[in-house]
Formats: sequence, structure tokens, C-alpha cells
Amino acid sequence: MIGSLEYSTLQGLWWLLCSIVGALFLCLNFVQGGQSLLWTVPRTAEEKSLFVNSLGLKWELTFTTLVTFGGALFAAFPLFYATSFGGAYWMWILILFTFILQAVSYEFRNKPRNLLGGRTYELFMLINGTLGVLLIGTVVGTFFTGSEFTLDQYNVVAWVSPLRGIEAVFEPFNLGLGLFMVFHARTLGAMYLLNNLDPGSQGDLADRLRRATGINFIVSLPFLMYVLVRLLLMKGHEVRAEGAIVLAPHKYLDNLLAHPVLPVMLAAGLALVAWGVGKSARSASLRGIWFGGFGTFLIGLTLLLLPAYHNTAFYPSRTDPASGLTIFNASSSRFTLTVMTYVALFIPLILAYIAYVWRAMAGKRVGVDDVRNEEAY
Amino acid sequence: MIENLDPTMVDWARAQFALTAMYHWIFVPLTLGLTWFIAYCHTISYRTGNEEWKRLTRFWMRLFAVNFAVGVATGIILEFEFGTNWSNYSWMVGDIFGAPLAIEGLFAFFLESTFFAVMFFGWDRVSRRFHLVSTWMVALGSNLSAVWILVANAWMQHPAGQEFNPDTARFEMNSFRDIVFSPVAVAKFTHTASSSMVLSAFFVISVSSWYLLKGRHRTMARRSIVLASVFCLLSSLFVIFTGDQSAYAVAQKQPMKLAACEGLLRGQTGADLIAIGVVKDDHDIRDDKQVTRLNIGIPELLSYLANRNFKSFVPGVRDMVYGNPEQNLLGAKQKMVKGRTALAALAAYRSDRQAGDEAGAAAARDTLRANQDYIGYGYLEKPEDAVPPIALSFYSFHFMVILGTLFPVVSVLFLLVAWRNTFEKHRGLLRVGTILLIPGMIAHWLGWIVAEVGRQPWAIQDLLPVNVAATRLSSGSVRATFFLFLFLFTVLLIAEVGIMLKQISIGPEEG
Ligand code: HDD
Ligand code: HEM
Ligand code: HEM
Repeated sequence: MIGSLEYSTLQGLWWLLCSIVGALFLCLNFVQGGQSLLWTVPRTAEEKSLFVNSLGLKWELTFTTLVTFGGALFAAFPLFYATSFGGAYWMWILILFTFILQAVSYEFRNKPRNLLGGRTYELFMLINGTLGVLLIGTVVGTFFTGSEFTLDQYNVVAWVSPLRGIEAVFEPFNLGLGLFMVFHARTLGAMYLLNNLDPGSQGDLADRLRRATGINFIVSLPFLMYVLVRLLLMKGHEVRAEGAIVLAPHKYLDNLLAHPVLPVMLAAGLALVAWGVGKSARSASLRGIWFGGFGTFLIGLTLLLLPAYHNTAFYPSRTDPASGLTIFNASSSRFTLTVMTYVALFIPLILAYIAYVWRAMAGKRVGVDDVRNEEAY
Repeated sequence: MIENLDPTMVDWARAQFALTAMYHWIFVPLTLGLTWFIAYCHTISYRTGNEEWKRLTRFWMRLFAVNFAVGVATGIILEFEFGTNWSNYSWMVGDIFGAPLAIEGLFAFFLESTFFAVMFFGWDRVSRRFHLVSTWMVALGSNLSAVWILVANAWMQHPAGQEFNPDTARFEMNSFRDIVFSPVAVAKFTHTASSSMVLSAFFVISVSSWYLLKGRHRTMARRSIVLASVFCLLSSLFVIFTGDQSAYAVAQKQPMKLAACEGLLRGQTGADLIAIGVVKDDHDIRDDKQVTRLNIGIPELLSYLANRNFKSFVPGVRDMVYGNPEQNLLGAKQKMVKGRTALAALAAYRSDRQAGDEAGAAAARDTLRANQDYIGYGYLEKPEDAVPPIALSFYSFHFMVILGTLFPVVSVLFLLVAWRNTFEKHRGLLRVGTILLIPGMIAHWLGWIVAEVGRQPWAIQDLLPVNVAATRLSSGSVRATFFLFLFLFTVLLIAEVGIMLKQISIGPEEG
């Protein structure tokens, strides 16, 4: 059955799959948010350890989702992989750098004779939780604002800016999106910790987490508003007949309205996040993260779908619009996408065992006995 | 035609890849092997409910976890380095090479990372049975990741299941099965998995020997050594078998690599396998027969190894550079002509298509088809460029094989002594035991040097040389990241070793 799908259907499908993985990563960013809260919310060493051990159950999942996102893009849209990673070199190297720091921090922080001292590893977590998220947000922003590159007839990338990708930070839209993501990750982090920790013995920790949820949400709002408004007003790179790419006014607004599911998803996502935050910040409920997480997934998915469908270049070039990447000119061959689609049939199975394990492990909240045993992070 | 890139930049990019890979490979083989060992211990602990076994399992798990972290940190860099440093490569073969990487993430890394948390923190969170299953899942997941990444690597050594598409100017997949079950991939996985087991067994023996020397945790250490020696004996015998399989695959698919590893300059029928030799400083591939002097050889064994026939012909470097009409062998010299024809035909095809000259395009396409198997040679500047660094390949291969033949002997010694429990009398052996990890690690590195250096100048054998595969970057940028990573990885390695040693000296909790 999959073998008979149209090439363009497969290309659309694979953008959808990559976007789903990407959106999952955005909602799993609560780990990064939690890492940056580590510096503001806990008051005692024990509370810090509670944070780290609770996040420690999930950090690998987030990390693996990022790795898989990269792998899926490589397999399905190799030209994007080549153009963006090779072109925006320093941007990606910096992002990777923050993830190296993260990967060792959990395991090393609490171990005797760890060379740099626990505090340094906490700093690593902060760097990953703020700078890492900010830069990833910036890269997502370039799906809309574009980058300065050209491709020659053999698709070899030449990058205009000597900053090799870092220049994207100076574009207000990208920066706005990045900052929104940093504060939003913190909001999610607070909601997650509220749900996962057993705060019984920790006095007012739960209250502080509730407050952190509210404050970070409020701080993130102006950035969100700015990004949304600009998104709907800005020009987009439209693909015309014969593959010519031109700037078209309010392209993303058109894309949003082109399919009724999209505005519904966006609105539902925003509402769910607000609802989750309300529950966490203003009631005794512990379940806010479920709403916030799912809402984030919906917002993220809408955001990643907008720049790709309806004849849009998802990785536009500002220097030479014709070099822009679309899901059609950047994708793998039909054969590869077909093979990969068979592989993708297993995704529900993978999600199922992840969900099963998540539930099994959530049976017992992270409490002080967990941070006192020998395995503790 | 794609231009060749700045050679210094390409060298920095290679150095950076090698650096990351070498660091990755400190941690990965330990993970691959230790997981099976831990799963086995966990199973015994589950079956018997014995507290001692449970402590032992937890102890090795703790060391495992410390090791795991740096492996993950270096792994993500490797994956993205294909994009950052080898972007032409990523585009030209991403259609094929991307698939195993994506599948690895989907099938292996999720399995590993999901169940890792259960294995490590599940002692009082999930049922005992589910906990045990999780430990096995981690073992399965990490070894599955090895399957897929080695499929990817094997494809670079022997690009099966693909075809060049002149419209996109890239290589595209036409058979997934041929890629996954290529003989090179099978040999690579079995050899890597078994040699990782050897290394992990050495790790366990090293730590346990140290305890026995210090007179600490005697029961645990002895149990571990017995188990590890059995593991080690079986897997080191299997390593020799799979190593031979690998060499056979190399002989069939990458004869130049084999010739370099053996220092064979002029092809021979009934060729000898050099067991020990010294590379001459002034060897010249035009004149000499053999690169080495002081050879101690085994008659006709190389012919057997390469073709499973003692009398067969094994081509030497010279034959493959200048050709050997008697044996009907094309040399790099002739292949370069074909390669250039292919590249010119590609350019003609594309401009004809653009100009709407379909007849011209069809003719160019036929020329391309006839020569495309040698397309990579079109980028070489001289035939000698097709030769990998001989001395490095030769020594790496020979030291690996020498170590590989010693390892089963060592494991038999440990097994005997552990069996009779006569460690008190054999403290010398224990002292050797404490450092066994080092030759084990070296053998692994040598193996990768054989595999990777031996295939130079190719990123994809015969199809894409490294100097075309790289990203157009300034060598300054790549150099800067090289040192950045060198610094960071080294700091992390030092931290890791410090933590590891401390954990070992703390030891398992006393019962
Ligand atoms: C404990 C480690 C260890 C030991 C004792 C050996 N090897 Fe090995 N070898 C490796 C660890 C390794 C490795 C690191 O795992 C490699 C690198 C690439 C690969 O597939 O496995 C490898 C590669 C490798 C290759 C290159 C494959 C390629 O280029 O694709 C050959 C020909 C051999 N080995 C042959 C042998 C033989 C004949 C051995 C004899 C005893 C041997 N190895 C022992
Ligand atoms: C260029 C080649 C390689 C790339 C791109 C790569 C990529 C990666 C990545 C991204 C991770 C982190 C995964 C996570 O999120 O948990 C990782 C870890 C791992 N990789 Fe690699 N890898 C490479 C080589 C290898 C090889 C050759 C093997 C085995 C034969 C291997 C086996 C593993 C294992 C077992 C892990 C788990 C972590 C650990 O054990 O330290 N990798 N790799
Ligand atoms: C983990 C163990 C590995 C080690 C120690 C290793 C070592 C090396 C070395 C030394 C080089 C440079 C060779 C030279 O230029 O002379 C190299 C290059 C390279 N290796 Fe590996 N490698 C490993 C695994 C892999 C794997 C699993 C892959 C692919 C999946 C891979 C792909 C490459 C690529 C793309 C290059 C650059 C192109 C080239 O120089 O051939 N390597 N590696």
C-alpha cells in the first residue's frame, strides 16, 4: 500500500513525521526548563538534588528525541541536513556544545572526585537549559525568516555571513522565538516538577513551583505575542510554477488558514497551555503539565507545519530565493521515503512502550529517599 | 564537477572526525559488552534472590552508567558532524546513509534510553520481573544501535544497493536489503560486537584483579572473574573467527586496503601472510615487491585468507595503481580516465537537459552509465593518490592480530586460576589483570584505524573521495572546533576516569 503512494504525498508525510518528532522535542524541553529553574527555585542542597533526580529520569528521552529528529531529517531531507548543518556551522556547533555539557552533568554532578565540582555541572545544566534552548528557537525562526546562503548546481552550499549561522540571533523574530522558548521551557519545567516530585517533606517547595509556573508564563507571553503577530503579518517564500520562489505577503497567515485543522490546533494548543498553567499556578492540582505539555506539542506542530506546506520554502534563502529548500527539492528519493515509511509503521509501538515505562516509573514520585541512595544523581 | 576543497581544511575535518570517533570508541565498546554481562548477573540475582548477586549487579551498573554518559555526549557530535563537516557527503549519499542513522535513533536509542532509566532507578519502582526485562532491553538497544551504525559504516566501505542518479547528481538507494545484509556489514557487526565483549570482560577482570590484590570484596571479585573469563574466552575465539571474516570481506571488496595492511606491493599467486615485519622507510611502490623487511611469513596463507584458495592471486598495491593486464586488473590510472569520462558526461548530461537537447542528454547518460562505477577516480589527481597510508595500516593491522591471538591465551589462564581459586599463588597474573583493559582498548583503536585509514582516500569506496565530501568551510573554523572538542572531551575524560576510579575504590556496598 505504501509502495503506491505518490512521491509528493510521501514528501508531505515525512515533513509531518519530522514535525511530530520536533514538536515532541519542544514539549520534552521541560527538562531544559527544569535545569534552568535549578538555579532559581531550590533553597537547599536537598531540594536541588530532588530536582536533578526527577529530571534525571527524563533527560535521556529528550536527548534521544533530538538525535532522532536529526536522523529523521537526514534520511528524509538530506539537502536540508547538508545545507543547514554545513552552512550554519557555528550555530550548530554551539548548540551541540551545550548538549555535550548536558549529557555528562547528570551522571557526574553528585559523584565524588568529579574534577570540576558539582556546581560546575549545575552551570552546564543552566547553559544547556537557556543558551541551548534559545539557539534552537532561533534556528526554528529561520524556517520563516530565512538564511543567507546559495546552492550551486551540484547543491554545494555557500554561506554569506562569516558568522556561519550565529547571525540569525540578530533577527528580532528569531530571537523572540528563542526567548519565548526559554521561558516556556521553564514554565513547563515547573509544572513537570510539581507533578513528579514528592514535596511532602519540603515545606513550601510546591508553592514556589506554582509561583514559578505563573511568573515564567507571564514573562513568556509578550514574546509569544510578538512572534505570533509577526508570523501572521510577515512575508513568506512562496513557490510558484516551475519552482520559482518569490516573496509573498502574509504567506504564513494564508498557510494557517489554508487548512482548518491548523488554526484549530494552534488555538487549542494555546488554550491548553493557559489552562495547564492556570491549574498549576492557581489550584491545588498537580496535573497541569499534562495540559501544558500537550498544548505545547500542538503549538509546536503548527509552527513546524506552517513553513512547509502549500508551496512554501521551509528553509528560505534571503540571498538567492531560488536556492531555497522546499520539501520537494530537499527530500530523499521516492524509494528511500517508501522504505522509511515502512519503518515508521513501528512508531506507535515505540510510543507505546515509552508511555508504558513512563507510567510505571511515575507510580512513585521522586522523594528524599531517592536522593539519598547510592545511585542518586 | 564539484571542485576539490582546501586540503588543510579537509585534513582538519578528518582529524576532527577521527578525534570524536576515537573518544566515542572509548566508551561504546564497554557499553556494548558490559550490558550483556550486567544482564546476566541481574538474571542470576533475580533467579536466586541472592543479595550478594544483587550488590554485584548494582555495582557494575553504576560503573556502566558513568561510562554511558560520555558515550552519549560524543555520539551526538558524530551524528551531526556528518552535516557540519561533511555536507557534500550528506547531500550526495544522504538518501542512503541517512536511513540507518534514523532507524538507529528510532529503534535503538529510544529502547536504550527509555529502559536505562528503569534499569538504573527501577529497583523499588517497578516489579522485579519488569526490572529484569528492562536490563535486557538496554543490552538489546545498545547492540541494535551498533547494528545500524555499522550498517552505515559498512556501506561506506562497500556501497551496495545504490545507483547514481544524474538528475539529482547524487547516489540513491535501490535495495534496502542489499545495504543491510551486505557481507561487509555482517562481518563488521559480528566482529565489533564480539570484540566489545572481550574489552568488557577485560574491564571486569581489571577491576576484580585489583580488588583481589588489595584483598577486598573477595567473593564478588572472584565471581566476576570466573564469569568474565568465560565470556572472554568464548568471545575472543569468536573475534578471531569474525576477524578472519572481516579480512575476507576486505579482500573481496577493498583489495587495496588488504594490500596496504599486508604491505604487499607486487601481486602474487600463493602469497605469504606476513606475521611480523618492519616497514622500510624508503619503500617505493614502483620497485619493491614488499614494503617490509625482516619478514616472518606463513606460506600461502594470505591467498587463502583473501580467496579461500592457497594458490590464488592476491593483487598488490602496484597492480591496483598501474594495472595488471595479465590478471585482467584495471589500475587507478585507467580508472581515473573512466572517472573523468563519467564526470564530463554528467556535466554534459545536465547542460543538454537544460538546453532541451534530449538526444544529447541520452547519449551523455549512456556514457555516464558505462563509467559511473569509477566516478570517484575522476577526482584523483594522480594514480598514487588511491593508495592509503601503508605503514600505519600495516602496523595497526598486525598489532591488532597479534593482540587478538594472545587474548584467548590470557583468558584461559584466568579461567584456570579462578577455577582452582589459586589467586593467592598467582599475584603476578593479577597484576597483569589490572592493566588488561589497556591492550584491549588499543586493539579496538587499531581495528578502527585499519578500517578507516585503510580506505583512504575514499569517504565512499571508489565513488567519493574525502576532499570532495567535506563542507566548504575555512580551515580556521574547523581547526577551532577541533581544539574546542579536544579540550572538552579531554576534560570530560579526565573527570570520567577520576569518578570511575573513585567508584571502584568505594566498591560495592558491603553486605
Ligand atoms: C578487542 C578488539 C579486537 C581484536 C582482538 C581484533 N579486532 Fe579486528 N577490529 C576490531 C577490534 C578487534 C574493531 C575495533 O571492532 C574493528 C574496527 C572496525 C570493525 O568493524 O571492527 C576491527 C576491524 C578489523 C578489520 C577491518 C574491517 C574493515 O576494514 O572493514 C579486520 C580485517 C580485522 N579487524 C581483522 C582482525 C583479525 C584477523 C583479528 C585476529 C585475531 C582481529 N581483527 C582482532
Ligand atoms: C560515526 C558514527 C557514529 C555516530 C554518528 C553515532 C551516533 C551516536 C549518538 C547520537 C549517540 C547518542 C545516543 C543517545 O541519544 O542516547 C550514540 C551513542 C552510542 N553509540 Fe554511537 N555513533 C557512531 C558510532 C558508533 C559505533 C561504531 C557504535 C557501535 C558499534 C556505536 C554505538 C553506540 C552506543 C552503544 C551508544 C550508547 C552510548 C554509549 O554506549 O556510550 N556508535 N552514538
Ligand atoms: C568509532 C570508531 C571509529 C574510529 C576510531 C574512526 C576513525 C577514523 C579515522 C582515524 C579517520 C580518518 C582517517 C584518515 O583520514 O586517515 C576517520 C574518518 C572518517 N570516518 Fe571513521 N572512525 C570510526 C567510526 C566511524 C563510523 C562508524 C563511521 C560511519 C558511520 C565513520 C565515518 C568516517 C568518515 C565519514 C570519515 C571522514 C572521511 C574519511 O576520512 O574517510 N567512522 N575515522
